[in-house]
Amino acid sequence: MSPGYDVLVVGIGGQGTILASNVLGEACLIEGRPVKGAETHGMAQRGGSVESHIRIDGEYGPLITPGTADIIISFDLLEALRYKHYVRPGGKIVANRHFVVPTSVFVQGAAAPTEEEIRARLGDVGLCLLDAEAMAAEAGSPLAANIVMLGAASHFLPLSPDSLRKAVEKLVPQKTIEINRKAFDLGREAGAGCRE
Amino acid sequence: MSKQYLLGNEAIAHGCLESPVDFVSGYPGTPSSEVIDILRVQGERGYHVEWSVNEKVALENALAAAWCGVRALCTMKHVGLNVAADPLMTSAYTGVTGGLVIMSADDPYAHSSQNEQDTRCYAAFARIPCLDPSTIQEAHDMVRDAFALSEEFGLPVLFRPTTRICHSKGDVTLGDVKASTRVGRFVKDPRQYVVIPAHTRILHKKLNEKQPGIKRRLAESGYNTCSVKGRDAVIASGISATYVQELLPDDVSFMKIGAYPIDEAWLEEFVRRHEKVLVIEELAPVVEEVVRQVAGCVTVHGKKDGHSPYEGELSPRAVAKIMESAGIRPKIQFVDADPLPDIPPRPPIMCAGCPHRPVFHAMRKVFRDGIYPSDIGCYTLGLQLGAVDTAICMGASVTVGSGIYHSGEESDIVSTIGDSTFLHTGIPGLLNAVYNGAEMILVILDNRTTGMTGHQPNPATGVTATGEATIPVSLEAICRACGVHFVETVDSYDLVGLETAMKDAKARPGVKVIIARQPCVITARRAGIKRGRYRVDPDLCTGCGLCVKFGCPAIEIAGEKPHISDLCSGCGVCAQICPFGAIAKEGRR
Repeated sequence: MSPGYDVLVVGIGGQGTILASNVLGEACLIEGRPVKGAETHGMAQRGGSVESHIRIDGEYGPLITPGTADIIISFDLLEALRYKHYVRPGGKIVANRHFVVPTSVFVQGAAAPTEEEIRARLGDVGLCLLDAEAMAAEAGSPLAANIVMLGAASHFLPLSPDSLRKAVEKLVPQKTIEINRKAFDLGREAGAGCRE
Repeated sequence: MSKQYLLGNEAIAHGCLESPVDFVSGYPGTPSSEVIDILRVQGERGYHVEWSVNEKVALENALAAAWCGVRALCTMKHVGLNVAADPLMTSAYTGVTGGLVIMSADDPYAHSSQNEQDTRCYAAFARIPCLDPSTIQEAHDMVRDAFALSEEFGLPVLFRPTTRICHSKGDVTLGDVKASTRVGRFVKDPRQYVVIPAHTRILHKKLNEKQPGIKRRLAESGYNTCSVKGRDAVIASGISATYVQELLPDDVSFMKIGAYPIDEAWLEEFVRRHEKVLVIEELAPVVEEVVRQVAGCVTVHGKKDGHSPYEGELSPRAVAKIMESAGIRPKIQFVDADPLPDIPPRPPIMCAGCPHRPVFHAMRKVFRDGIYPSDIGCYTLGLQLGAVDTAICMGASVTVGSGIYHSGEESDIVSTIGDSTFLHTGIPGLLNAVYNGAEMILVILDNRTTGMTGHQPNPATGVTATGEATIPVSLEAICRACGVHFVETVDSYDLVGLETAMKDAKARPGVKVIIARQPCVITARRAGIKRGRYRVDPDLCTGCGLCVKFGCPAIEIAGEKPHISDLCSGCGVCAQICPFGAIAKEGRR
């Protein structure tokens, strides 16, 4: 396997996956480590499933190979299932417990999956579930759910929480620094329970 | 010098500022758009920057600037280069004095495109140099240096990053932004710039005579490198080179190609030192063909003998499979890991409150058996609503419509095109349809922006790329000037208005235009327009499902009845669709 640490951030277009991947990249710069990444742009962003690849200590290409990701950070439970095959044996999935039912399901009159079904299918991986929306609201804005997720995942990342906090403060809008700082800490607190 | 974590296109834009560039033009297209989107918002600008109306127009502008001795950048996506192909081919004859870099971003796997064409083939066709970066750092360095290279050869240089360069990120070492002192001066030289037959025959010969020198110079440029390690070798180009480097065993030689045309003598020297050579590149077998020409008795593997695919994009796993297939064991053995089955797909869809959706809804109602040629934009997603029957290239909704009519087909023909696409290449098609007596309806989906590529302004918006006010052109006046008598403008959120205009148009002869106008819901939200939310009254709702079939992502089913989520932008169209009056603005009842 590659010597670096591969992070796959997934979600739905508009949920802030790109900001989250920028935070990870910025934290790598702060620690003076090489980093590579790849993400979804253009039409695919319009409410579609999106993925950001971040290769911490990455020296080569930006793409993570299915079966080799060290961690998946998923902003939507259903998306965690969609990308589950990316995680390596023994890897981790940190996921928001909420999910948005794809519009196609309603339009076609198909049955929507339930949280229990999705969790059952995610079953055999190291899963860390959290209520990102509730914590983001507690921090002061539902838009901070992506930073909550990073806070929770920070226990597993090879980056110091300080570097991540600094990166968050550098990248979020000035007015929202306090909210995002709190979001990160609430997420980190919640994620502590997921460590073995 | 500084190190930053940047998107490939951000690094490319910065390379242009370091060069520095004097003139920038282009037309938005994924994955190229962010380069100009970054250059157009720089505070202190020593350069002209514009969104041109199409790629041909952009390239001709940039070419003229380069004729005047300044450094010009022209950006587009790969299919945009087809539109610009006319000036491209002859620009190689006229050459340039200032550096001209044409960035044509390729999209292997067609992530956001209508085909997977390979820009490197255009470079060979036009006989101009082409640079193909393998990393973001290299993309930055290449574009920075490409202007000087263009000046050295007196030729335009094609710069060809792919999606995985443009939309990848990495730590990039940047140089200092420079200020230009160049001012354009046009020096008359008809033998160079007036390509009448007598001149062009000589110019063609001169272009051909430049070729050996270009190959030798590019071999020394450092973009093509090699290291001999064993009897087997892998030759790779572009992003594939980084995948190969991660997987390459220590006893296998490696060559990386980043600049074309390739010097055959240099290549032959490397190839002939091996028993077996595997070529790995995305899309066309451009490198492989040259390798095969010089290989002699050396075994060559690649696309032509089935080891590597002609289509799609490569990945570390795909490259590992190609290496295994060609008998080179990759350093990392990937296990197969496939997606789980039966997960409901989540394709991109039109946003909640997208003004295109009600237009398609009305179209399907009024023209039940109509034929719907469409175009390139967010509205191509109307496919999901059964309202898009064709999409081939920019501007082709109008021309496909008139072509279908003249074939003898008797169904109603209703074409859809966006405002930017109409201004890009739709106008000549409309003019042609009127002139040649077609019977059809063109609906211009005027959302006052170039939505899909990231909301760039266009000539109808009254704002330039840099945010300055300019004369807004009238779509109505253009259509009338093309000879259309029936031109109706309707609010895209007004279903009754849309249906009335469509029925009116249906009853009339000739070419009819309906302009459905409403700003893109994303730009409206950013501009602070708040319309309030709609909700379903469960007591009045019968659960008929008509609103759900409308396909708005804000309308969900909760139990038996629909529910409107906080994605609602307040367009109110669902309230017009509901036959039972069960949907109304929040707080109205």
